Amino acid sequence: MDEQKRIEFEKELNSLRRDILLMLYEAKSGHPGGSLSAISVISYLFLNVMRFDPANPLWEERDRFILSKGHAAPALYAILARVGYFSPKLLKTLRKLGSPLQGHPDSRKLPGVESSTGSLGQGISIAGGIALAGKMEKKSYNVYTLLGDGEIQEGQVWEALMAASQFKLDNLCIFIDNNGLQIDGPVSMVMNVDPIADKLRSFNLATMEIDGHNPDEIENAFEFFKSNKGKGVPTGIVSHTIKGKCVSFMENKSEWHGVAPSKEEVEKALDELGCIESLEDWLTEGITWER
Amino acid sequence: MGKVEKKKLEMQATRDAYGKTLVELGTENHNIVVMDADLSASTRTELFAKKFPERFFNMGIAEANMIGYAAGMALSGKIVFVSTFAIFATLRPFEQIRNAVAAQNLNVKIAATHAGISVGEDGLSHQAIEDVAILRSLPNMHIFIPADSVSAVKIVKEAARINGPVYIRMSRPKTPIIYDETYEFNAGQANILIDAPEARVAMLATGNMVYEAMVCGEKLRSEGIPVIVVDVSSIKPINKELIVSVAKRARLVVTLEEHTIVGGLGGAVCELLSEEYPTKVMRIGINDVFGESGTPSALFQHFGLTAEHIYRKLIKELR
Repeated sequence: MDEQKRIEFEKELNSLRRDILLMLYEAKSGHPGGSLSAISVISYLFLNVMRFDPANPLWEERDRFILSKGHAAPALYAILARVGYFSPKLLKTLRKLGSPLQGHPDSRKLPGVESSTGSLGQGISIAGGIALAGKMEKKSYNVYTLLGDGEIQEGQVWEALMAASQFKLDNLCIFIDNNGLQIDGPVSMVMNVDPIADKLRSFNLATMEIDGHNPDEIENAFEFFKSNKGKGVPTGIVSHTIKGKCVSFMENKSEWHGVAPSKEEVEKALDELGCIESLEDWLTEGITWER
Repeated sequence: MGKVEKKKLEMQATRDAYGKTLVELGTENHNIVVMDADLSASTRTELFAKKFPERFFNMGIAEANMIGYAAGMALSGKIVFVSTFAIFATLRPFEQIRNAVAAQNLNVKIAATHAGISVGEDGLSHQAIEDVAILRSLPNMHIFIPADSVSAVKIVKEAARINGPVYIRMSRPKTPIIYDETYEFNAGQANILIDAPEARVAMLATGNMVYEAMVCGEKLRSEGIPVIVVDVSSIKPINKELIVSVAKRARLVVTLEEHTIVGGLGGAVCELLSEEYPTKVMRIGINDVFGESGTPSALFQHFGLTAEHIYRKLIKELR
């Protein structure tokens, strides 16, 4: 990746992290840790890889993204607003009564949300079904899904992987957001899922491990997926990430799985991201800044 | 007290009607896709699989995933029929049905066979008697139970027409054909099969119990006891007007189902009448116990679900 593209991507990413923090601060509940670990891959996907048209959300040929770890909804909402599915002002309504920005994504309420998710283990099956429909209809679209590493403790995930291989879904790219933590503590302590990559390989997925915060490696992962198309195998990417990425006091802390930041905490976090001034804009106007 | 005579009627299993109707629907509509969980011979989806292999997917013994894939297919514009035994189609993946299918109001048709105790010898692990109760609690869900193979054909066709999730509850054994080809079905349907202006008892039956109710009703009528017999084939939506109007004309309402008396047709009728027209309701079904092995006919005897048993129970109650 050339330097210019990298700088621009990091800048975008920083704005999205800011949006996630502000949204959660406003909502007073939600999931910062897993949103911040996942946003790097999700934002790269939307900004550089997927074909879609916010003016025509149901365009048949669009690529699809299913957030299987639905609790990272703030990450999804931040990027959907960024690419133009809805006004960034809506971000202020997260988790409030009547808002289309439900605590977990709801396809019936918000354009750009391909399927409701949130109940862990189900999104990957739904993504598989969409990929299977694409194969059946000989459509060229790709289906991307992102799961948590704790999520893969759900048996349904392995049922879905078996089916993805059985039906040769090489239009399906499965990311595991491997931040190593779940609500009750380290994944390895709660219910170990390692070695994830070996497990994916043994389920006949073309598998790759990446640093899920390194733009070059994220780019490589999508190149890898592209190179597997036509080979009849689904792609699995184990994305090594940091829960709470870029906020020092949230990083690698399972306590930050499902707690919103206080005023002081959000100030500290925004300060670390270099955008403390955005808090004032947010509190007064909603998001009014130019990107 | 005379013996309850059963007329000899032509027999066919509702699942056989389902298999044939799927092929018919698949021919007319290329958006129809079928999934099964390794029971395609038993559910009769194999007929569709043979005719349209490119639109049939065997999902293996993994029902939760099957519901998810079906949801994904439906999100992509397909009308998806998913089939397996009722217990594995509903009780195991209930939360998947709730969150992936019902909450998104998707075009997934859960067409389950081998419901109730008429599964027979396989015993309680394979006998779904709670399926209607749990699915009835879901918004957007439709629940249809054919009384015979003729109604099964019409119900399957109606399910394909409806935009949204449908549960169709079918059985393993061959059962008497009570309708002729003029039968039509729409969501919310209930059919009065035996009527009386003023009845001692109104029997509201569903599925395989409709025939038993008819036989019992004929017997009571032949003895001068006026009865009403209704086939409640649409459990959700339920035909409120018809049930209330029948309750107004009968001294006792009886519900009959091959299902636990908790939360199924009996539950639905009690909920409805307690609000609209409080009436004494007797619920006949599986009396809050699990099933067991035996032939379907031995099990119907054991659980008191034959026309003969119902007749004796009602005579006692009406005395």
